Amino acid sequence: MAENPGNPDSMPKHLRPLSPNIQIYRPQLTSVLSIANRITGLILSLGAVGLVIWLSAAAAGPPTYGVVQSVIGSCAGQVVLFGCTFAFFLHLCGGIRHLVWDTVHGFELRSIYISGWLVVAASVLLTAAAWGISLLVAGWPQ
Amino acid sequence: MIIESSDQVSRFSWLKRFPIPRNFKVTPESRIETGRTWPVSADAKRVKAFEIYRYDPDFGANPRLDTFHVDLDDCGPMVLDALFWIKNKVDSTLTFRRSCREGVCGSCAMNLDGTNWLACTRFISDMGTKAVIYPLANMRVVKDLIPDLTHVFAQYAAIEPWLHSKSPEPEKERLQSPAERSQLDGYYECILCFCCTSGCPSHWWNGNRFLGPAVLLQAWRWLTDSRDEATGERLDVLEDPFRLYRCHTILNCTRTCPKGLNPGKAIAEIKKAIGERES
Repeated sequence: MAENPGNPDSMPKHLRPLSPNIQIYRPQLTSVLSIANRITGLILSLGAVGLVIWLSAAAAGPPTYGVVQSVIGSCAGQVVLFGCTFAFFLHLCGGIRHLVWDTVHGFELRSIYISGWLVVAASVLLTAAAWGISLLVAGWPQ
Repeated sequence: MIIESSDQVSRFSWLKRFPIPRNFKVTPESRIETGRTWPVSADAKRVKAFEIYRYDPDFGANPRLDTFHVDLDDCGPMVLDALFWIKNKVDSTLTFRRSCREGVCGSCAMNLDGTNWLACTRFISDMGTKAVIYPLANMRVVKDLIPDLTHVFAQYAAIEPWLHSKSPEPEKERLQSPAERSQLDGYYECILCFCCTSGCPSHWWNGNRFLGPAVLLQAWRWLTDSRDEATGERLDVLEDPFRLYRCHTILNCTRTCPKGLNPGKAIAEIKKAIGERES
């Protein structure tokens, strides 16, 4: 599309600069939770690969399973597993928030912010609860 | 912090921008260089610094950030007043659009301290210690704070924002009940300032094909109008992976609307209408 229709003399000699967007736009709960939903979705698909590795190891027999278990039981393994748990709950709660929006409810700015902070609080609590129950029932991995 | 209405300014002084490099995804002609710092006038007692995006197409140089010092005792209360003060007293080449100076024309939409708003309805006192002003985000810049709106207005034209009717023209005006008329509330007030479209990350990445919140709100304004008889055709045009469905309900649009409207809700209404006609 011509940038100055009808007046070729006023066509700029250089391409007009694009004003900055992500580089300057203020992070807000709206955009931060949206990008968090994307990132947790990505983490969960990688986590699904890990789940398949774990199941395949279990099917392959005790020696392989033992190796995978020791990796998961290591300090780094536990940190990754904890991250995956939080990603799971954040993605789940965010998904429920989107389901409600699909019914055209909760669009007042106040509701958007309340549901946003609820998603954050609920994922923290659910992650803590999941790990608390797991540690109570099964204890720290050996 | 719970935001109750879009005119609430964030009080957080931290995380004013995403933690990414300044030149992330920036093409060479759009790189912003350090500009000039204009002197403080000697007799000014209350001074506020304004960092303002400058671009002059006549010199072929890159955009730059200039710093101005505004004498608050000599200047009106709004950001637009500060821009006028600078233009009248410091640098007459500072260029910006304005008309009504009371939030009904939408001309002075720009990026103020990281969010889009109208310069005429934002108090200088609501700006950060150093006020930072850019043109509307993600637009080609004509000069200084003037964005090229050709593309977004072409997108507006694409939804045919006028009454479509098939029934014969009535002798007098087309009547609406008060209830039917109230369906337009929250949509007809849009002033097409494009604060929302310019604040929408989906429009940043797919603006060539995604219509953006301002235009989709207008689309719903016609879909919900009881006098309009082209609902089916309008929905056909919108039912597209990009035109409508690039909206991922981020809701920066509703957060930034200077008229307190709700483009996010309008888009959800369109998605629901398409779902309902298919079920």
